[in-house]
Amino acid sequence: MCLAVPGRIVRIFADGELHMGTVAFGGVSKCVCLEHVPDAKVGDYVLVHVGFALARIDEQEARRVFEVLETLGGLEELEAT
Amino acid sequence: MKFLDEYRDAESARRLIETIRQASSRRWVLMEVCGGQTHSIVKYGLDELLSDAVELVHGPGCPVCVTPLEIIDRALAIASRPDAILCTFGDMARVPGSRTDLLALRAQGADVRVVYSPLDAVEVAARHPDRRVVFFAIGFETTAPANAMSVDLARRRRLRNFSVLVSHVRVPPAIDAIVEAPDNRVQAFLGPGHVCTVLGTGEYSELAKRHGIPIAVTGFEPIDLLAGILAAVRQLEEGRAEMQNCYGRVVLDAGNQSAQNLVTSVFEVCDRKWRGIGSIPNSGYRLRDHLREHDAEVVFDVGAIDTAESAECISGLILRGLKKPHDCPAFGTRCTPTTPLGATMVSSEGACAAYYAYGRPPRAPGLRSLPLAGMPKAAESAPGRPS
Repeated sequence: MCLAVPGRIVRIFADGELHMGTVAFGGVSKCVCLEHVPDAKVGDYVLVHVGFALARIDEQEARRVFEVLETLGGLEELEAT
Repeated sequence: MKFLDEYRDAESARRLIETIRQASSRRWVLMEVCGGQTHSIVKYGLDELLSDAVELVHGPGCPVCVTPLEIIDRALAIASRPDAILCTFGDMARVPGSRTDLLALRAQGADVRVVYSPLDAVEVAARHPDRRVVFFAIGFETTAPANAMSVDLARRRRLRNFSVLVSHVRVPPAIDAIVEAPDNRVQAFLGPGHVCTVLGTGEYSELAKRHGIPIAVTGFEPIDLLAGILAAVRQLEEGRAEMQNCYGRVVLDAGNQSAQNLVTSVFEVCDRKWRGIGSIPNSGYRLRDHLREHDAEVVFDVGAIDTAESAECISGLILRGLKKPHDCPAFGTRCTPTTPLGATMVSSEGACAAYYAYGRPPRAPGLRSLPLAGMPKAAESAPGRPS
């Protein structure tokens, strides 16, 4: 139920009173309400739940879990990708 | 897909599992409180891979599961009205009420529509001014901004034919109820990442402090879950009890302020009954008084609702982490996703449905001797063996 999926904003537009965007999830695009991520720009990744973007994805933070993994050692395969 | 695939990397997962095993001096009991996390844990078998280091128990984290039977029956009664259009998320449509479910009702002619977003339901109301359109507004804090927006938008567009049947639940009071129960076994929690994306981490810091229990807020992919489990285990081993945000790519400590403002303007906190558990103080949202004309319980008088729950179902014990699905004699036999007896089997995110979907066999004695449908009996398939 709380499933939320990351996608990339490809277009921003106004639909009546709402700040909306087209968000691409792999091969699928959907209209998404961007009211709660007012600073999001085209190209940003957002987390989308039932047609609403709830957060902009922080790319720097996204790498943090892998930095923790590096401290565990032996991450050659991951670094190569 | 970016931000998904890398968090499913097998080699990273193996390394994290090994680290958790090394870090754990005893078998700690951890609970995840989000159904999406339960689903991922069972799907990827993380609980079995870690079974010697931690015991993962599954909390009441699926809003579909904990929606009380009387609310489902109320939705069914509303959908039966000829002037009504009932819009719902797909996973709620299949949940049986006392006598039928929304999809079966649709097959009999009721106008039940499955929508992707609450905004789709508002659009239905705009297109059908002569009909009364109801959106079945369920969910945790994650879904509250979207559901609140549907009411706010309908009000701004003066769509008086739009109302919501609200059965909203809030996670922190449920954690209080679980921890404060005298028979509680849970020693640390995996915090619900997407709930915290909206509400932030403040309430979870307070919970950790109040109960002296570690809470690792985390995501839904295997690497996220394992990183959260590792953080919780390290805290337990070191005797710490803090909120730790392991899902920083989307969870800010302050949450999403714009979403919170909207939720607060539309909903207020109320006591709420959870299916399988009972009433929990301050554990839900209801519409604020000035929005009563959009409250389906006010708009539709459906009379008294009489419901009957299965006496056999142990979902209440499962939701509090005291039992596992295969501890139930009905699991996988009298209770399956197509014939669910209670909360944890009704939605795919429920613990029982997840165990069923990913092939965790019933443990009840006697069931092992049952032949699988269409398979030859053991004696017939073993030539040369005396029967």
